[in-house]
Amino acid sequence: MSASDLQGLYQELILDHAKTPSGTGLLETADGQSHQLNPTCGDEITLQVHLGEGDTVAHLRWEGHGCAISQASASLLSELAEGLSAAQLTERIGAFRTAMQSRGKIQPSEEMFGDAVALGGVSRYVARVKCAMLAWVAAEDALAQATVGR
Amino acid sequence: MSTTSTRATLPTDAEVVRWRRDFPLLATEVNGHPVAYLDSGATSQKPAAVLDAERGYYEQLNAAVHRGAHTLAAEATVLFEDARASVAGFVGAAEEAVVWTSNATEALNLVAYAFSNASVGRGGEAAQRFRLGPGDEVVVTEQEHHANLIPWQELAARTGATLKYIPVTDDGALDLEAARTVITDRTRLLAFTHVSNVLGVVNPVQELVSLAHDVGALVVLDACQSVPHLPVDFPALDVDFAAFSGHKMLAPTGIGALYGRRELLAAMPPFLTGGSMITTVTMEAAEYLPPPQRFEAGTQKVSQAIAWAAAVDYLQQIGMDRIAAHEAELGHRLITGLREIPGIRVLGGGIEGDRVGLASFDVAGVHAHDVGQFLDDRGIAVRVGHHCAQPLHRRFGVTASTRASTYLYTTEDEVTRFLEGVAGVGEFFGVRA
Repeated sequence: MSASDLQGLYQELILDHAKTPSGTGLLETADGQSHQLNPTCGDEITLQVHLGEGDTVAHLRWEGHGCAISQASASLLSELAEGLSAAQLTERIGAFRTAMQSRGKIQPSEEMFGDAVALGGVSRYVARVKCAMLAWVAAEDALAQATVGR
Repeated sequence: MSTTSTRATLPTDAEVVRWRRDFPLLATEVNGHPVAYLDSGATSQKPAAVLDAERGYYEQLNAAVHRGAHTLAAEATVLFEDARASVAGFVGAAEEAVVWTSNATEALNLVAYAFSNASVGRGGEAAQRFRLGPGDEVVVTEQEHHANLIPWQELAARTGATLKYIPVTDDGALDLEAARTVITDRTRLLAFTHVSNVLGVVNPVQELVSLAHDVGALVVLDACQSVPHLPVDFPALDVDFAAFSGHKMLAPTGIGALYGRRELLAAMPPFLTGGSMITTVTMEAAEYLPPPQRFEAGTQKVSQAIAWAAAVDYLQQIGMDRIAAHEAELGHRLITGLREIPGIRVLGGGIEGDRVGLASFDVAGVHAHDVGQFLDDRGIAVRVGHHCAQPLHRRFGVTASTRASTYLYTTEDEVTRFLEGVAGVGEFFGVRA
């Protein structure tokens, strides 16, 4: 890894999201809520899914602490999720996981992921994939709860 | 006894560079830089002499020990038992006082389960002193690695005993004043770490042993971070049990050891049971060998033990007093260097007393994972996370820290590279201290 690789991992967008994240702050109730922990570093997230009309995701809210990658990932996910249908978000979570587990072989596509493509570089750092996945795993779990019986 | 201030025996830079050449891995590059391996607290690198010993055993002598009458089996058994004598001698112990385990965690669990088994009546009258029940107290400290905490939590839960702990002060030192009230005449066991794997500070063993022994409690010492770095003599420290591990002191993974006072080991019921630890077996019951074999069920870690003995030889040739002096110096540089960098808080940095070459720190506004990634980019290997000591991190108000830890092969240049790296973290992540 060279200095430019490190900057590829920590793109400006990621550092910005980590510093001033979107979607933080939990509401009293939610359609689905999940708490996830990364036991190796103690990073934590509590994430809520709020559905609107039909099964559209109205908001994705979260609280947590962790490294720049995990914080930026949660922030980018909350921006991405808004307005998607539950099915679309589930599909994106699956595609994101595939990209993250690809060891740099699969880049997430801009149409599907928007700004969250900035996280694509993480997949080359096996030790950091869990950091990037934390919010997405929480969203998957919260979404499953929110859509039960719908 | 531990002494880390023998300045007269400090190795020269040239000597350290010569030692480094014995470690093949230290010649490799990471991310385009010569590796600066500052994670020896997690696991040490291995000198060629250790690798050769393990390979040589498999190439020339490999056979089952303590069974079989053929020549190879007999020679392998001799080497295996000689290895025990070497490792035992390294910590001042008689060979019968050292039990091989898979790792230090298993050594600590061995003691916990021996107490547990005694508590349900195993081991008969001889094991009476290991019986625990409601009203009895087991004491640990807030500094412990999870390996020296969770086995005691579980033991307390199984026996109905109460688990208590000696807290740390705001700067992270064991609160000895509090220890005097935490340890009572109900205390049956005190388990504590010799050197914290987060703080690198040598704990006051003598005071704590006295407090425990004064009330008739047994003492278990976690010596994982002391034995590799300091001259340590368990009988002189007067502890009853101690756990340490091979891979942190130049030996392979897969082997650790339990030291126990011989009369205690002789009275203890076994933990793991099966082959190799018995005298006679019927369909109903079995009788057990004396220690250490009583605690060594199943196929043993023969190649690892022999390689561990080679590691001990290597360390003794250099001299543990010289290694301790070198690492005390590096530890001092780490701490003073880190404290000069704005935004850095060294965990336990204010504690007085002897230290090994280890420092954990928090960078204001930057998560430890990100600090570690930044350093890795410069070929500097450090540990990030809670280092299996969540309660201690919680006490400092952080969930994770970055840890640099040295060994005999660590150079001053590497410490300088590390400090320069840490100084660049704030700017890269856009944090103003």
